[in-house]
Amino acid sequence: MSGVMGWLPYAVAGWILLVGLYGLATSRNLVHTVGCLAVAQSSTYVLLLAVGYRSGGTAPVYSDAEPGTPVVDPVVQALVLTDIVVGATVTALLLALVIQIRKRHGTVDPERLTELKG
Amino acid sequence: MTKAWRLGLFGVAAAVLAGWWAAACVGLPGFGGQVHPYGERAVGASLERHTANVIASVNFDQRAFDTLGEESILFASVLGATMLLRVARDERRQRPLAARVMPSTRLFGAVLLPVTLLTGAYVVAHGQLSPGGGFQGGVVLATGLHLAYIAADYRVLERVRPLTVLDVADAAAAAAFTVLGLVGLVAGASYLSNTLPLGTFGELASGGLVPIINAAVGIEVASGVIVLLARFLDQAVEVGGGPGDGGSRTAGKEDGG
Repeated sequence: MSGVMGWLPYAVAGWILLVGLYGLATSRNLVHTVGCLAVAQSSTYVLLLAVGYRSGGTAPVYSDAEPGTPVVDPVVQALVLTDIVVGATVTALLLALVIQIRKRHGTVDPERLTELKG
Repeated sequence: MTKAWRLGLFGVAAAVLAGWWAAACVGLPGFGGQVHPYGERAVGASLERHTANVIASVNFDQRAFDTLGEESILFASVLGATMLLRVARDERRQRPLAARVMPSTRLFGAVLLPVTLLTGAYVVAHGQLSPGGGFQGGVVLATGLHLAYIAADYRVLERVRPLTVLDVADAAAAAAFTVLGLVGLVAGASYLSNTLPLGTFGELASGGLVPIINAAVGIEVASGVIVLLARFLDQAVEVGGGPGDGGSRTAGKEDGG
């Protein structure tokens, strides 16, 4: 595919990454920070799926389709699945840390977290 | 660092990143191209092993060792969250309050809870045939169970959610994946290689090792996500009295600092 559509999905992935990073840099709430990290990470889903897309291809599942039907790249789809699972677990762990920070420091604003505390 | 400084620094870094990103994307194959050498080989290998869902074949057969790592990350994260969110010495557990629910909501929950659980089990069981699999079906199972919380209250959820059993199921399923890899070694092939009888293409028992590992992952994800959500929900509903606790049970009072 040529023209704008040839590179637009990659540009969208880059834009999502930058939006997420902007949120990370300016965040005033750690829960929001974790959400921004998830946004930045979701750019990799868009990038991987864009790399694996084939014009006119269907889902790589042959329960209905005849063998030989053109399908999109299943390898990147499996990678995206791994990506989502790891992303969700990292988010869960970070949110657990945020709960602990809120309990021990009484704030979730990274600007106010200036001292180390045992 | 002041806000302006920070934004300026981010702007410079973002401009550099955007530049390199654009340069890298020029070298990528055009979107929607017809050349996918890895994809075609993965499809071939999947059909050869009688697995209709190529993604399941990639995850649980061709890249099974990577999925073992992925599954271990999930297990470690459940373990980590359980450690981080345990009840501390200066906290106490409170009995969750019974909630009043509209009868129609209760009926909705009672009817849909078995349906969602069945859907989850279906998605797990047909992972090698149709879109879905252990990861997706496990999440459907885990979130479906929380209809009990939405349609009734936390006490009911605690009754339908035997955490001790689920803890053990999570660990056992994670171990089962590791042990199932030994089947390949016993058959004289490499670790996690698919040496079981492959079955008829398109049937429930096709794909050799794929549906078995898929089921183990389904159990692990379902119990892991339930345990994970339980730790977070416990914090919100049951646990209170810590030093920084601004009265999480009484109201959503934000810290004034």
